[in-house]
Amino acid sequence: MTSLALTRESIARVRPGPAVAAVLIALFLLLFLVVPVVQVIFVAFQDKTTGSFTLINFVDFFRNDLFMRSFWNSFYVSAMSVVVASALALPLAYLTTRFEFRGAVLIQSLGIIPLIMPPFIGAVAMQLLFGRNGTVNLLLRDHFGISIPFMEGLNGVIFVQSIHYFPFILINLSASLKNIDRAMEESAQNLGCHGFRLFRRIVFPLAMPGYVAGASLVFIKVFDDLGTPLLLNVNDMLAPQAYLRISSIGIADPMGYVISVVLIVCSLLALWVSALAMKGKDYATVQRGGGGLARRRMKPLELVAAYAVVLLILVLVLAPHIGLTLLSFATIWSFSPFPDAFTMKHYGTVFLESGQYITNTLLYASLAALLDVVIGTAIAYLVLRSKLPGRQWLDYIAMAALAVPGVVLGIGYLRSFYDVPMPFTGQPLSGFWLILVFALAIRRLPYALRACTAALQQVSNSLEEAAENLGATKLRTISRVVVPLMSGGILAGFVTSFATAAVELSATIMLVHSQSDAPLAYGLYVYMQSAAGRGPGAALGVFAVVIVGLGTYLSHVIIERGRRERGQDH
Amino acid sequence: MSRTLHGVAAALAVLLASSTAAFAQDPSGKLVVVTSFPKDLTSAFQQAFQKAYPKVTLEVLNRNTNAGVKYLQETASNNGTDLFWASAPDAFEVLKGANLLQAYKPKVEGIPEKVGAYPINDPEGMYAGFAASGYGIMWNSRYMKANELPAPKEWSDLAKPVYYDHVAISAPSRSGTTHLTIETILQGEGWEKGWRTNKEIAGNYRTITERSFGVPDGVNSGSFGIGIVIDFFALSSQASGFPVEFVYPTVTTIVPANIGIVKNAPNKAAAETFVDFILSPQGQEVLLQPAIRRLPVNPATYAKAPADYPNPFKDTSLGSQVNFDVEVSQARYNVVDALFDQLITFQLDGLKAATRAIHQADAALAKKPNDKAKALLAEARDLVAAMPVTAQEAADPQLSGAFTVERKSATDAVPERQAQVEQKWAAFAKDNYAAARKKAEEALALAR
Repeated sequence: MTSLALTRESIARVRPGPAVAAVLIALFLLLFLVVPVVQVIFVAFQDKTTGSFTLINFVDFFRNDLFMRSFWNSFYVSAMSVVVASALALPLAYLTTRFEFRGAVLIQSLGIIPLIMPPFIGAVAMQLLFGRNGTVNLLLRDHFGISIPFMEGLNGVIFVQSIHYFPFILINLSASLKNIDRAMEESAQNLGCHGFRLFRRIVFPLAMPGYVAGASLVFIKVFDDLGTPLLLNVNDMLAPQAYLRISSIGIADPMGYVISVVLIVCSLLALWVSALAMKGKDYATVQRGGGGLARRRMKPLELVAAYAVVLLILVLVLAPHIGLTLLSFATIWSFSPFPDAFTMKHYGTVFLESGQYITNTLLYASLAALLDVVIGTAIAYLVLRSKLPGRQWLDYIAMAALAVPGVVLGIGYLRSFYDVPMPFTGQPLSGFWLILVFALAIRRLPYALRACTAALQQVSNSLEEAAENLGATKLRTISRVVVPLMSGGILAGFVTSFATAAVELSATIMLVHSQSDAPLAYGLYVYMQSAAGRGPGAALGVFAVVIVGLGTYLSHVIIERGRRERGQDH
Repeated sequence: MSRTLHGVAAALAVLLASSTAAFAQDPSGKLVVVTSFPKDLTSAFQQAFQKAYPKVTLEVLNRNTNAGVKYLQETASNNGTDLFWASAPDAFEVLKGANLLQAYKPKVEGIPEKVGAYPINDPEGMYAGFAASGYGIMWNSRYMKANELPAPKEWSDLAKPVYYDHVAISAPSRSGTTHLTIETILQGEGWEKGWRTNKEIAGNYRTITERSFGVPDGVNSGSFGIGIVIDFFALSSQASGFPVEFVYPTVTTIVPANIGIVKNAPNKAAAETFVDFILSPQGQEVLLQPAIRRLPVNPATYAKAPADYPNPFKDTSLGSQVNFDVEVSQARYNVVDALFDQLITFQLDGLKAATRAIHQADAALAKKPNDKAKALLAEARDLVAAMPVTAQEAADPQLSGAFTVERKSATDAVPERQAQVEQKWAAFAKDNYAAARKKAEEALALAR
């Protein structure tokens, strides 16, 4: 008995598994994130004339009005986007998890759809509908003589970004809400707590990990997003400034790289703050059997109000898709509330040419998302449950990917892997399609990681201990107890990674090496650059939304079925 | 019988082909083209070329001009690209300067030396012009009607108060073609006057787009009314049915769009064939297609063009006003871009506020003249137009040294860092616009 305990203890102390996993992940991050990015960011610390190390570029950054204005604008837009996105996500998440509500699954799926739209296309559609001369304003002007500046300046960015990124909050918050133990709520109710107070004091605090995970993602993502401000021609924000500097001036001017460093530092700060907010609080609930919030039946009046709110939000959220669909069927749509006429022609144009784009995209995005949840789960586990020294750094480094502009990663990859020949073919490694998968996986890893971490935070340590006490090995405990309990969060991570990887443009456009390997976003970009009309581009966009939507739905169904088979349906 | 003959002929042809230079006429394999051109243009050429040379697989990679140049620079060590195909001549100059192109003299006959005042081919043969484009003004006729705006004719028209908040342009630092437009105005009117015009027009900008395509896109959809564009954007939009119109102002430049063979091209033979193909009568005709609408460089092709197609070889007024000096343009290239960005793009709000105040004071003065107010208004205008650098300074290598792509050696001292220079210019513009606005408001108060 004692000898057995001893061996157990010594094994527990050595734990080769986590260490090996940590080393492998660290290597992956080093090779595909740190090295390429450092290659580029090096320039920020280089004296332009002598090539020696310097901090003068950062001094220049803080002395420059434009950069400081951009900095505050970025901060303001990100914060406001979190506020607006929360306002959109909270009712949807709460109503669908808390009440018996028809169409809850539909709403949750629809809540993911905004992510499927490439932001640059979403902005096009939003401008057609809400722009100064968009549908809504033309109609308002014709009938009431007024117009609403939805899309003017920073407003436009906030509007498009919150609609685009609110699913981060919705998905993470819903997963969190589902994981809350019903008993908590019931005890509160027994003690006389009801209504909004119940939500504010019990439900929402318990769902905090999900909310904070989602909100910090929205904040960082908006902070670093490039496509939307660029398309709306809002230049005085940090990410567009970095992009404009890097892509138009290049290495001659270090400021673009300085801004990239600032972006990365700000993202890490935001994460640190969100980690501080969560620190020292325990969100795990032990009891799983009857988990999930009790669903309440709504009174008729409540039901009507709920439907009205949900419908309003859905229409708003689906506006880009409605706009895109209209555009894809439009002949000419110019300074009029609706297109002049409708046609199927654009679908015919893209139908024959887009097969390759679609298969490539499905392959790349699913491989990347798979890689993300595997690595994400592993990092979350190492950080929260192992005692490895420096484990927190895996999290920081992986999250830093969020702040690396796609262009920087793309250039970094070309720089790091172009001269590395592939085995057998001799083709440059950067031209191999798997590199695209790695780029996508790195860019999307933070989403998966936050989702997995939030999920794991809600799984009590004691469940693991129980399994181990009953004789299960560590690996078996993880695969049979921890991962299944995390499956909601893992699903959320997979879905967000998959859906957003499928429409990523900025890194891929630098790395696409041949037409036959090109993904959908590249095709969209090419189709959209036509003075002869954006109809075919919109049609391809609709294809993209449908295909990625189906993929997302399928993965949802498959993983849900898995959960149900393990008897975790609530 | 005929089959045997065919066979013999084919065998002979193969023999000939493999033993002589004729081999180059029947190339095969993969041909990789990096281009900034829209799909409408590339796929039309792709189809025509594949039909003529079925053994070559043409692979087109779309990247915007800057990204394309960067891509070629980053991949030069193991080049996999055969051709670079884009509008802006200066992008080719960058590649040429970096020794990334190789010379080729097209075999096609009948292409003149110049289009407008601009040489069609690079004198060293590193790249060749295959189509020409001019710059001008496009507008959405529905938008103009709804806002009761007159049709503009000249650049200076765009500075009129009636167009306030209706005009758009792309940033010259982002679009090689817009850079040429700005430079054309500067060369056509001189540095000081040219900037004055540019800033007066800029005071009416609705937006400054990041991509050159953003301008025709916005005019087509009606998000703004008037755009400063390269001609084919407007012509092809029009040919595709959008309610848009286009005019070449007197001060315009007709500039060739180019193609160049990349150094160490993997499929040099096919690359040369492609260059000759797009210059051939057959290739030039592709340019006339409605979705493309570029000006052929082969004068003979215009015979097949639709009526009222612009013809720079016949209509000599096109682009003749400006004797575009490439050397001058080259010497101050980055400085002009940075000036535009710092004085206009990133200070647009201040500039627009000043412009609006000037327009209002002007309107009030027209009704109720007042000499003191008039003087104040002239001061305000001068403040807006003022430049932090002269034409000479702009061309000074010392200044442009702060913006150049690479330092030559560690001892090449640069007096000021780019960020410092820019901050100085931005502060200059900000203060001037604020002062101009104040003066214009004073003038307005006096005229009331």
